[in-house]
Amino acid sequence: MKTEIAPIFVDVLIVGAGPAGLAAAISAKNAGVESLIVLEREQNAGGILRQCIHNGFGLHRFKEELTGPEYAQRDINTAKEMGIDIRTGVTVLSVTKDKEVTAISREYGLQIFKAKSVVLAMGCRERPRGALATPGTRCAGIYSAGTAQKFVNLEGFMPGRRVVILGSGDIGLIMARRMTLQGAKVLACVELMPYSSGLNRNIVQCLQDYNIPLYLSHTVVDIQGKERLTGVTVAKVDENRRPIPGTEIQFDCDTLLLSVGLIPENELTIGAGVDMCRTTNGAVVDDCLQTSIPGIFACGNVLHVHDLVDFVSEESTKAGKAAAEFAMGTVYTGRAINVKEGAGAMGVVPQIIRMNEGEHAPVNVMFRPRAVMQNPYIVIRADGKLVMSKKQMICAPGEMINVTLKPEHLAMMQDAAEVEVSVTTEKPE
Amino acid sequence: MYDAIIIGAGVVGCAVAQHLAKYNGKFAVIDRMEDVADGASKANSGIVHAGFDAHPGTEKARMNVKGAQMYPELAASMGVPYSQPGALVLAFSESDRPTIENLLAQSVANGVPGCRILEKDEILKMEPNTNPEVVCALYAPTSGLVSPYEMTCALADSACENGTDFILSNPVLEVKPTADGNWMVLCEHDEYKTRAVINCAGNGSGVIHNMISPKKVRLIARRGQYYLLDHTEDMPFKMTMFQCPTKMGKGVLVSPTTHGNTLLGPTAEDIDNNNDVSTTADGLADILKAVKLTWPGMNTRNTITTFSGIRAHEENGDFVIGKTEGAPEGAFEAVGVESPGLSSAPAIGQELGDTVAAFLGLDKKTDWKAPTPLPKSFRNMTNEERAEAYAQNKEYGALVCRCEQVTEAEIRAAIRRPVGARSIDGVKRRTRAGMGRCQGGFCSPRVLEILCEETGMNPTEVTKCGGASRLLVGTLHQIAKEARPDEN
Repeated sequence: MKTEIAPIFVDVLIVGAGPAGLAAAISAKNAGVESLIVLEREQNAGGILRQCIHNGFGLHRFKEELTGPEYAQRDINTAKEMGIDIRTGVTVLSVTKDKEVTAISREYGLQIFKAKSVVLAMGCRERPRGALATPGTRCAGIYSAGTAQKFVNLEGFMPGRRVVILGSGDIGLIMARRMTLQGAKVLACVELMPYSSGLNRNIVQCLQDYNIPLYLSHTVVDIQGKERLTGVTVAKVDENRRPIPGTEIQFDCDTLLLSVGLIPENELTIGAGVDMCRTTNGAVVDDCLQTSIPGIFACGNVLHVHDLVDFVSEESTKAGKAAAEFAMGTVYTGRAINVKEGAGAMGVVPQIIRMNEGEHAPVNVMFRPRAVMQNPYIVIRADGKLVMSKKQMICAPGEMINVTLKPEHLAMMQDAAEVEVSVTTEKPE
Repeated sequence: MYDAIIIGAGVVGCAVAQHLAKYNGKFAVIDRMEDVADGASKANSGIVHAGFDAHPGTEKARMNVKGAQMYPELAASMGVPYSQPGALVLAFSESDRPTIENLLAQSVANGVPGCRILEKDEILKMEPNTNPEVVCALYAPTSGLVSPYEMTCALADSACENGTDFILSNPVLEVKPTADGNWMVLCEHDEYKTRAVINCAGNGSGVIHNMISPKKVRLIARRGQYYLLDHTEDMPFKMTMFQCPTKMGKGVLVSPTTHGNTLLGPTAEDIDNNNDVSTTADGLADILKAVKLTWPGMNTRNTITTFSGIRAHEENGDFVIGKTEGAPEGAFEAVGVESPGLSSAPAIGQELGDTVAAFLGLDKKTDWKAPTPLPKSFRNMTNEERAEAYAQNKEYGALVCRCEQVTEAEIRAAIRRPVGARSIDGVKRRTRAGMGRCQGGFCSPRVLEILCEETGMNPTEVTKCGGASRLLVGTLHQIAKEARPDEN
């Protein structure tokens, strides 16, 4: 006998109640949508911010330094005051192109939602050791930095005493400081690239202030330990990132933390059949954050990995508003201009700008430079014609570049087929 | 006193135990590891070979063909994932054609049904991602896939449910005959007396054999490294894709797993330390190089992990199964069980089990409990089945492992099984929690918590895989105090 599952109809359904989902929800509600549900798989809203107990959040948005939980709480409080329906402990299992969302929870069981618009805000996950194919044993004591952060900050347990950190992503840097403060010895932070992928302020405040050496152009070439980790071997790498024999350094440690990249968690997105972008590992979106499927929007780290939560909130506010407008009948049909990655640029979002009727709101174009450059020019061209250029003192792949295209810039690309973003040391014509 | 002690809780030991438990008697399985399937049984290709590889007349050929025939029914009776997608052995030059023809002849001699030679066009039609340089291939339609650790766990559960003791985390140090014609098995933590001893110790089986028999055997530890890729919508191959075999083994393959992942490997390297399951940069590079021949469009972007297992290669190249030659009465063995060992395990279990039971003069149990098939995993359920499972048990509503969609109900059930999970890896092998693309990054703290709730362990006692493999070294306070003893 088949159990019939009656669908639940909703205008806007938001997947994830981290900073992206919360901002999208608040914005959608502000735009006038009444029927709105946020589904969150964890027991509490707030996403990964809940375990980021260090400060430094909110400088752009609130003009003050908050901890992760404080930043999240502000949005949670706002959402509560607005009466937004946030359901925690609910895991979304699938999203279809028709915006049918299947979820399961201990509280409600299996549910099927039929939404007018969906906002995907699932965040990202850490690249694990296995994905790096680092040789050695598969002993205990190897964690992604975020998992270690969860054990320390949310569970109150230490994963180890003598630590090597592979990768200099922000979570790794933050954990270098956190583990040190908590009594562990952090022996080294090892980075494959000739530059760190983390924010400069974290290099200073988390490594330098605690005399933790940063080994650039180095990697872990062997992992030892039968049951628990006993040591790692680190070696210098050449310009092709291949280990150079004879440069090995041995570290005796019981813990290896990995901060080797974040991957947008797009299994639901792919399952829905949304067009994906190979460089961001997120959906292809237009300047309303709408994906290739009308009415499905994506924002925050599931779209592309941000450096700062402030920009996640900003982006998601736009997505939430657009999702609300779509649910209320607005259809985005403007002519699409493709935004292309030119020389020196990668991971451009949005990949499409729609030239809708009337005055166009400013468009934020975000991307990363491919390398560290001194005095680079950020250049935007439409069909080869210069739209704008901007000089910076320095740029690095670890810090996202954010360019605002104002109405006058957009007017210049009115009839263009393609817009190209590039980062160059040569002054553009 | 036991009637029989089985040394080794791998797939062979557990298959023997499962069959022997059909007889009246007192049996135990002893292993040095904290869980069953913790050696080669967890790190192999997961293929139920059709049986064309082994030379006709060998124990390998006989056991492989018989075991492969037993698999579909046995796996179904236990609810263990098994499928039969078939296999191709690819030849990339005309000079390899005789090898393919020879494999076909062997398949006939060994009694493997349905094998035939395919030419290029047919191969590319069946498996379009194959290297177009392919010339011909042997097609073996009965080649199957099984989840080797799930199979071993299920066999162990069945034996345990019928009264067999599982003594884990207890390395066997010595086996010796007693004056009264029995055997003593001395372990690290205890010693056990038994009428018969059955050596199924995999890579350790040579050492145990040589303890009790003057007729020595020599095992070579032959390591195989692998890449495991994530399951995606478009799997590169539906069948197991072999290359022509070499004297070191069946060569590098590309194969789907029963769970839809893609497996690349294994290497074949003879090593000195039969416990060294590390991977090496050279070994991993060799796999990718070899795989490109089969799969020129190789994409390892979705690599989940790399791992290795060790084959127990007997120097003469065949299984040694039955009474331990040269030893006193009551000693039995399955030595040198390398590939196709997984395929052969059910046959070895049956034959060796019957042989031992006959030696001991045991009767069949009248109250033998048939295996309870494992429930369908949440991931493979339809929405209706999920709603139904939730109606029975609300813990089906709590998803713990997002990558493999494993629920709290399934994790608790894995810990409560007859031979239940006691570690993070134990839960992983039984449920797939942590087996996916994030490798337990998100779910391991919750799995640890559930293990504590179910077993009464303290979080700092929970291990990845037994012994000293603890995940946490102490509370924040303990470690801070240790670092700064003068502060409060």
